[in-house]
Amino acid sequence: MAQRNILAKKQFSIKSFFFQWEWLLVIVFILINVMNANISDYYLNPTLLLDATMTFLDKALLVLPMVFILVLGDIDISVASTIALSSVVMAVLYNLGVPMPVAILFCLLVGTLCGYINGILLTKFKELSAVIVTLSTMIIFRGIAYIILEDQAAGKFPKWFNFLSWGYMGKIPFILIVFVILAIIFGLLLHKTTFGRRIFAMGNNIEACRFSGVQVDKIKVIVFTLTGLMAGVTAIFLTSRMGSTRPNVAMGYELDIIAMAVLGGVSTAGGKGRMIGAILAIFIIGFLRYGLGLINIPAQALLIILGLLLIVSVMIPNLKGRFQTLRKVKS
Amino acid sequence: MTENKVIKQIKGLDIAKFRELGLVIFIIILSLAVQIRNPRFLTLENLNDMLTNTAILGILAVGMMLVIITRGIDLSVGSTIALSGMITALTVSTYPDMNPILAVLLGTLIGLVCGSVVGLLISKVGILPIIASLGFMNIFRGLTFMTSGGKWISAHQMPVSFKAIATSKVLGINTLIVIAIVTYIVAYYFINHTRTGRQIYAVGSNPESAKISGINTDKILWMVYAIMGALSGLAGVLWVSKFASAQGDTAEGYVMNVIAACVLGGVSISGGSGKISGIILGTLLLGILNNALPLMLVSPFWQNAIQGFIILIAVLVNALVKRNITKQNLMRRKI
Amino acid sequence: MKKLISLLLSLMLVATLITACGEKKVEEPVTSTEKETKTETETKGEKVKFAIIVKNTGNPYNEKEMEGFVKAIEELGGEVILKAPDQPTAEAQIQMIEELIAQNVAAIAIAANDPDALQPALQKAMDKGIKVLSLDSAVNADSRMVHVNQADPTAIGTSLVAGISEMMGGTGQFAILSATSQATNQNAWIEVMKDDLVNYPDIELVKVAYGDDLRDKSVSETEALLQSYPNLKGIVAPTTVGVAAAGKVLTDKGLKGTVQLTGLGLPSEMAEYIESGVCEWMYLWNPIDVGYLAGYAAAALVDGTITGAEGDKFKAGTLGEKSIITVGDGTEIMLGDPFKFDAGNIGEWKAVY
Repeated sequence: MAQRNILAKKQFSIKSFFFQWEWLLVIVFILINVMNANISDYYLNPTLLLDATMTFLDKALLVLPMVFILVLGDIDISVASTIALSSVVMAVLYNLGVPMPVAILFCLLVGTLCGYINGILLTKFKELSAVIVTLSTMIIFRGIAYIILEDQAAGKFPKWFNFLSWGYMGKIPFILIVFVILAIIFGLLLHKTTFGRRIFAMGNNIEACRFSGVQVDKIKVIVFTLTGLMAGVTAIFLTSRMGSTRPNVAMGYELDIIAMAVLGGVSTAGGKGRMIGAILAIFIIGFLRYGLGLINIPAQALLIILGLLLIVSVMIPNLKGRFQTLRKVKS
Repeated sequence: MTENKVIKQIKGLDIAKFRELGLVIFIIILSLAVQIRNPRFLTLENLNDMLTNTAILGILAVGMMLVIITRGIDLSVGSTIALSGMITALTVSTYPDMNPILAVLLGTLIGLVCGSVVGLLISKVGILPIIASLGFMNIFRGLTFMTSGGKWISAHQMPVSFKAIATSKVLGINTLIVIAIVTYIVAYYFINHTRTGRQIYAVGSNPESAKISGINTDKILWMVYAIMGALSGLAGVLWVSKFASAQGDTAEGYVMNVIAACVLGGVSISGGSGKISGIILGTLLLGILNNALPLMLVSPFWQNAIQGFIILIAVLVNALVKRNITKQNLMRRKI
Repeated sequence: MKKLISLLLSLMLVATLITACGEKKVEEPVTSTEKETKTETETKGEKVKFAIIVKNTGNPYNEKEMEGFVKAIEELGGEVILKAPDQPTAEAQIQMIEELIAQNVAAIAIAANDPDALQPALQKAMDKGIKVLSLDSAVNADSRMVHVNQADPTAIGTSLVAGISEMMGGTGQFAILSATSQATNQNAWIEVMKDDLVNYPDIELVKVAYGDDLRDKSVSETEALLQSYPNLKGIVAPTTVGVAAAGKVLTDKGLKGTVQLTGLGLPSEMAEYIESGVCEWMYLWNPIDVGYLAGYAAAALVDGTITGAEGDKFKAGTLGEKSIITVGDGTEIMLGDPFKFDAGNIGEWKAVY
């Protein structure tokens, strides 16, 4: 009996390795690139492909901390508003004569503060779900941005600021390098540290963690604050990309970000997900959009294709799982 | 023994009654504050406007509550509204003699189909609700743009009888409000007094034990999304009739309001709990906010932030009051 | 075992990636020669690509602009690329500009969702030799060569004030119901209206409300205006959704004749309220013509007839000869004056756009 169990476990692990979500994503990614190369003559061009990453990596920066939050079993829908507020504060300070590096620092500070507020509210009021708390801060943060800038835009940044989202290091876009570095840091943090393991544990059973002495509140506040900080980073790159800012910047980003994480196999129920999956999903959605954009597909068709991609790719392993359990039950 | 039971029952009633007490107090204070600021707030005409504008939100909140009770979420609501509204508007503009009741049924049916598809994927294929509905949010929206070919259906293309759905009155009350009230009553009976209704809570509070105890959880899940879809379809027809226009981007982002109404009303995102009285209060608070903020005569640039703060404070006050009540109840038990 | 397999797999992945990259390199000269032959045909004047980006999809006003653009380019024998994001944001338009740069288009005409935020992207396009012009909703002077203006903002603003003044009998309070607070065009027109009010001492602008181009919000804002200002005699809504929503509210409340309504709106959306008399008349221009003029202007920029400098002249198909004028920092091509829609002509226009 015991032997059989071990055997089964071993077989399972090899099998499960092949049937991991991430491999499916790799296949999808390759398929999309093959398809894109076939539908557009312009697609297979290394310079353009590198340029293409610049079109989606700004929001991708926020997918990294969002994975942490989803693994915790929480959600943060205030991220887009945090981007708007920190971007507006940075631009307004710069226009008031504050040196740009200091303004950038304030941008990060505001983002961090927004995230900290979310974290504190959630840990002080444990009976409230993250949805309602971040929903109200979502309205508040953007509301403050509206109060600051009203119907005006702010910008006219120094030339070097432009470099962040439009510049290259050699042939590689600067933002891609930043993304790779941050992705590695966040990946290691989630999968190779005690901190990361505790996040998974909290996502699986927060009460058990609390009783076993994990400082759950502290970890939660740190994760949300980190997300705020990353929203500040995103704000810097997005503002650099747009060259100016308005209170309605980054409208609707929250759903895009969550969709990327979820396609990457991160469960919104908590406790499940891997950084590599989310990163693959970022590039799948990004390149799919870019490829279809190159053949100028109408927006409505693009919406349908993105929706189908999300559902079909999630459906395949689920159907397989169902089928296997059915077989097991029969035998 | 019996006495004890009676006391327990009374206590249970007390807690149940006071659960959303914080929200009630908050709504009253808010209304008074607005009334002081603008005396036209508590007039019959304005209240009628407010309730008419909130009715559609109220109808949707019922469906969303059922979905959230089963630990799910449906983000495709806004797109379903748009799709059902657009197809119905196209139909009535081609057949102007169509009975308005038939139009309402058509819209509801379209919504029912949309919701069933979402529900099928969630219950039978086992896709997470947030992913399935996020995907279909895009798909239904894309289909809306495609059926309309980028055009809007304007007021002059719609027959008078169709536009009258939203402006007509039943017993002196606007039809929209009547439909919302009927929805509430039916839903109240359904979830509190029918076997299937109670099973929804069972599935939400513990899916495994629900399954073991013989509840067909797949069917229940499928059903709540179908109901949500049907209500969205109904709301789509009412929306188009009320505003006398069908656009491709109708109700884009409206789903956040619906979720907010539910969560404000004490429906727990982790499933298993939620009451009709709660969502009525949640919907009402949002309705008052939408109506009162422009009336408060503040700069339009401040409206957003004020709205956010009020929602946050309402949530916090409600939580604190709840805490207090539980504490008092615990103390009473000790004595 | 597991480690071994993972190692093997990652090696395979790397190998495929390398071969894929290698293939790319092999293919590169092929594609570039293809491009060369393409540019050759382009110089022969056969397949020049003209692109238009409008604010968002599923909006009849934008669709009509695209229709006009297509008409112009087809008359000239070019190839048209139509782009419309699903949401009216500058972020989505930046991405579309990148996609168009990759396709080597000759010209980009854009109805901008933000006047400033597209500057880096459009400048990149211009650096690559793409001719950039804006239509309808302008980008700032640094990020375009010329702007196709649907109508003089001063003419729009003054006609609206003159219109509401005439309807109200020259005296009383009125309010403005705009789109979003960030809408460039609407903000420009509102500025003109505010300045023009000095000429009307008996008319008072009580509030500028924002309906965000959402039906539900526009309706509740209109109702709030009626409640907050019981003596309100007029509403000016310089946006289609706003003016139609206000028309609906005034109709439902039976305020026809008590509260006057005018603004800018699509004839199809407003036909109902103009025919019923809730809104006596309103203004707009022909979006098809806006797109059509932009198409001819784009072609003239590409073949060098105009450079976008003041005084340049070109023939714009059925619209006749147009010349470029300086407005503010940049140059513009003016379509004409806003057109007045009333009960007399709305019937023939409601089917057109």
